[in-house]
Amino acid sequence: MNGVWARRLLPPLVGVLFLLGWETAVSAWDIPPFVLPPPTAVAHALWNDAPLLLQSSWITLIITVQAFLLALTSGVALAVLFKQSRTLEAALYPYAVILQVTPIVAIAPLVVIWVGYERVNLALLVLAWIVAFFPVLSNSTAGLAAVDPNLRDLFRLYGASRWQMLWRLQLPSALPYILAGAKISGGLALIGAVVAEFVAGSGTATGLAWRVIEAGNRLNMPRLFAALVLLSILGILIFALLSWVQRLLLRRWHPGGTG
Amino acid sequence: MTGDLFQLSGLSLTYPNGTCALDGVDLSVAEGEFVSLLGPSGCGKSTILRLVAGLMEPTGGRLNWLLPVARGDIGFVFQEPTLMPWARIIDNVRLPLDLAGVPKGEGNDRAADGLVRVGLGDFQKAFPAEMSGGMKMRASLARALVTNPRLLLLDEPFAALDEITRLKLNDDLLSLWYAQRFTALFVTHSVFESVYLSGRIAIIGPRPGRVVAEVPVPLTFPRDLSVRTGTDYGAICRDVSDRLHAAMGLAA
Ligand SMILES: Nc1ncnc2c1ncn2[C@@H]1O[C@H](COP(=O)(O)OP(=O)(O)O)[C@@H](O)[C@H]1O
Ligand SMILES: [Mg+2]
Repeated sequence: MNGVWARRLLPPLVGVLFLLGWETAVSAWDIPPFVLPPPTAVAHALWNDAPLLLQSSWITLIITVQAFLLALTSGVALAVLFKQSRTLEAALYPYAVILQVTPIVAIAPLVVIWVGYERVNLALLVLAWIVAFFPVLSNSTAGLAAVDPNLRDLFRLYGASRWQMLWRLQLPSALPYILAGAKISGGLALIGAVVAEFVAGSGTATGLAWRVIEAGNRLNMPRLFAALVLLSILGILIFALLSWVQRLLLRRWHPGGTG
Repeated sequence: MTGDLFQLSGLSLTYPNGTCALDGVDLSVAEGEFVSLLGPSGCGKSTILRLVAGLMEPTGGRLNWLLPVARGDIGFVFQEPTLMPWARIIDNVRLPLDLAGVPKGEGNDRAADGLVRVGLGDFQKAFPAEMSGGMKMRASLARALVTNPRLLLLDEPFAALDEITRLKLNDDLLSLWYAQRFTALFVTHSVFESVYLSGRIAIIGPRPGRVVAEVPVPLTFPRDLSVRTGTDYGAICRDVSDRLHAAMGLAA
């Protein structure tokens, strides 16, 4: 019991202590607000700029969610295709890796130019997708290969078709891997969206990242911090939601799950 | 005496990596018979089962079916329960029927029936992770029998279970065999288990495997606990054990 309470209570307690220390330090040492605003000023900015910041959060969230869903579907679909054809896998996998290892910041300007500044949200989507895509692909590929060999023999013994193998054996076996990949990819989609917006730059994009840049340029530190707070809240929400889905779907696989 | 179900003649298998697992296995199995393959670990027992199941092609010799076998005529029980962890027990047992395109309603009836026969009637909705090793093995048996197979292949199915559960499952397997009249090919490395279960024991020598001795078990069916405590049983086990050791080139 003690352990559970410690895990529930300690994080918020640490957070409150940290904020108190921050507030005291700022006033005690007279730190100017454009270097480090006190938490109360950040809270003020959150409250006063709420309409603007929430709208920007919404834009970032939409791009992140779209990029994530695109990454999830395309990653799983490509892994399934690779599973059907070794040749296709051999031909394309290296390019997926190249896409993954090339720093997104380096390709971002190109993508923005190609897609066009007038469609900057689409460019952001493409960039966030590139960042989020690979973990789903590599985890799904690993998952589709991680079938219990005896179960596979059993399916073969009963003359299962390719289709039955895929739907009844390979995809369910891969589910834990796919979900683990999705959890990574959800966080990366947000990072991708933010980085892309930084690169797309001035005024065309209006998501949270742009608010960070804008506030930084104007030395409006409370608003900058407020935007950062909202970004981490988005990240936490995405992670929590995906963890919840993962637990829900895998409950039955582990002992102790209730039927 | 009924006729042979299948015959292995000069059956050989060399794995792609060059391991010669079997070299000239000769064995005939009659319909309705209960035959055990007894031998040390690594002698090729699992390989024989996989060849008979059609999961591999022999690299030499022949496997002749004397009666027609179609899809679903062969059931396979592995050493592990090999259930799908994401599916309820009833769905696991129904799998062979699903794969054969049997309508789900009929499949459910037959799977439920099979679960009752292995004593799991109340566990249709359970998930594998919620069941003990013995129960999972029963579910695995029910799945292998749900198509009413002509031949049941069992690869050390009870080796990972505790002694008490294993003895109980031995009796249950025999009861199912009396009731459903399938042919059983049972792999084990336990002398006691092979003598208790089978009508005939084929002793497989160390690698490359071949049948080095065939021992009929002169005990009548049905068998129960009284067999295990009888003097005949002990003598037969002793004899089989001696032959097994001779096959392995060791002193008895
Ligand atoms: N897929 C494989 N590739 C290469 N060698 C194998 C393979 N499977 C089994 N073997 C080898 O073949 C021999 C017989 O294996 P197996 O049939 O599993 O024996 P048993 O079931 O009697 O323990 C062993 O030496 C094993 O290492
Ligand atoms: Mg084996």
